[in-house]
Amino acid sequence: MSPIVKRKGEKFTLPSKWLLFILTIICSALMLFTFTTDFFDKPLGTIVGYALVPFEKGIGKAGGWFSNRKDEFTQIKSLIKENQSLKEEVARLTEENTLLQQDKYELNKLRQLFELDEQYEEYHKVGARIISRDSGNWYSAFVIDKGTDDGILKDMNVIAGGGLVGRISAVGPNWARVTAIISDNANVSGMTLATEDNLIVSGSLKGMNEGVIYFSKLVDSKSAVKAGDKIVTSDISDKFLPGILIGYVLTVEPDNNNLTKSGTMIPAVDFEHLSEVLVITDQKQIIEE
Amino acid sequence: MLSFLFTGALILILFLLQTAVFPVLLPLRVLPNLLIILTASKGFMKGENAGMAVGFICGLLYDAFFGEVIGFYALLYTYVGFINGKFSRVFYPEDIKLPLALITVSDLTFGLTAYVFLFLIFGKLDFPYYFIHVILPETVVTMVATLAFYPIILKINEYLHKRQRKREY
Repeated sequence: MSPIVKRKGEKFTLPSKWLLFILTIICSALMLFTFTTDFFDKPLGTIVGYALVPFEKGIGKAGGWFSNRKDEFTQIKSLIKENQSLKEEVARLTEENTLLQQDKYELNKLRQLFELDEQYEEYHKVGARIISRDSGNWYSAFVIDKGTDDGILKDMNVIAGGGLVGRISAVGPNWARVTAIISDNANVSGMTLATEDNLIVSGSLKGMNEGVIYFSKLVDSKSAVKAGDKIVTSDISDKFLPGILIGYVLTVEPDNNNLTKSGTMIPAVDFEHLSEVLVITDQKQIIEE
Repeated sequence: MLSFLFTGALILILFLLQTAVFPVLLPLRVLPNLLIILTASKGFMKGENAGMAVGFICGLLYDAFFGEVIGFYALLYTYVGFINGKFSRVFYPEDIKLPLALITVSDLTFGLTAYVFLFLIFGKLDFPYYFIHVILPETVVTMVATLAFYPIILKINEYLHKRQRKREY
């Protein structure tokens, strides 16, 4: 079936080899373009945004209703138990709170003394609902129902329940993709809160299945970092705002080079039961070179 | 024309099922790849060109939302459509063994290719782990999903085929 020899009245069809060739060229060109520029992201994002996001929002609402009913039935028992332990915790926390407030007065006084700027001021946040998840089984990413129309930009940080979830990695007019910190293609520069040692938190598929995140390149010559220590985003990260809780150290082990340490940590966010997230609309200050 | 509309709607529905409905309803860590079922089915039912066209659109849709670069999954799905299209000459609608085998092999190859280009080239060499925890489970759940979705796709295809025949005579 050659394209040149064509009988009269026969419908013209492109030979499949040629179509394959053309599509391969198109895809390769697209890959090259999108790898180096973000020229195609915007029009494509707009089209799929208007074609699919309304459906996904509806499904998300219906699905949320169903899973809420399911949860209600399964959780009543555990809720009663939890309520009791929470009451005890409230009592304990009230006591702790009074102590902390005393500390806060002292801290404020000291800050004034050192004339330090308020480092961990309140960030501005926007709430968003998760409407779709990456089902490719390789990475952990999801789509939220807010986009550039709501003032969301690429690289903004996303939090939930007080912990870091990830950052915006693609954005359309009414949707945005969040790449989670547990995803295999995510790295976050973090530090331990107590000792301020820098480390790299790397998401991985293996860790995701075990419910932990791996960290590495921790320089801790005094062996001061131990299990239970808080890890927050570091001051030197170029995409993440400083001081957002990432998780808690689980294990620490020295590397083969005996200079750095690595280990596992438990994320502060329950990634399996996320439905709403907060997007921080403040962005890290970028120094143009 | 009607055929295009039906195929477009089918792509949309399966994509929504895969990315919005299944993650909420199914308590699975690994989800079936419905788009590959559709791409492969179109391939061996209607030939290479139809398979490639459907694969390209499915892949592009996936890339737009979840791809790191646009075009990677589009290319993969296009090849899946093309190779399955090669089997359209030996395809009989009554037999489910060939479609099942083709879709399974397609998904397995798809998973292996994705591993090579997304993980292996970044130095993540623990192949047995990825194979046992991602590629194999995905293939198995896709096989199960095939048993549920393939008859529906087949019915739609037969209906369209009949309509077209009626109009020709």
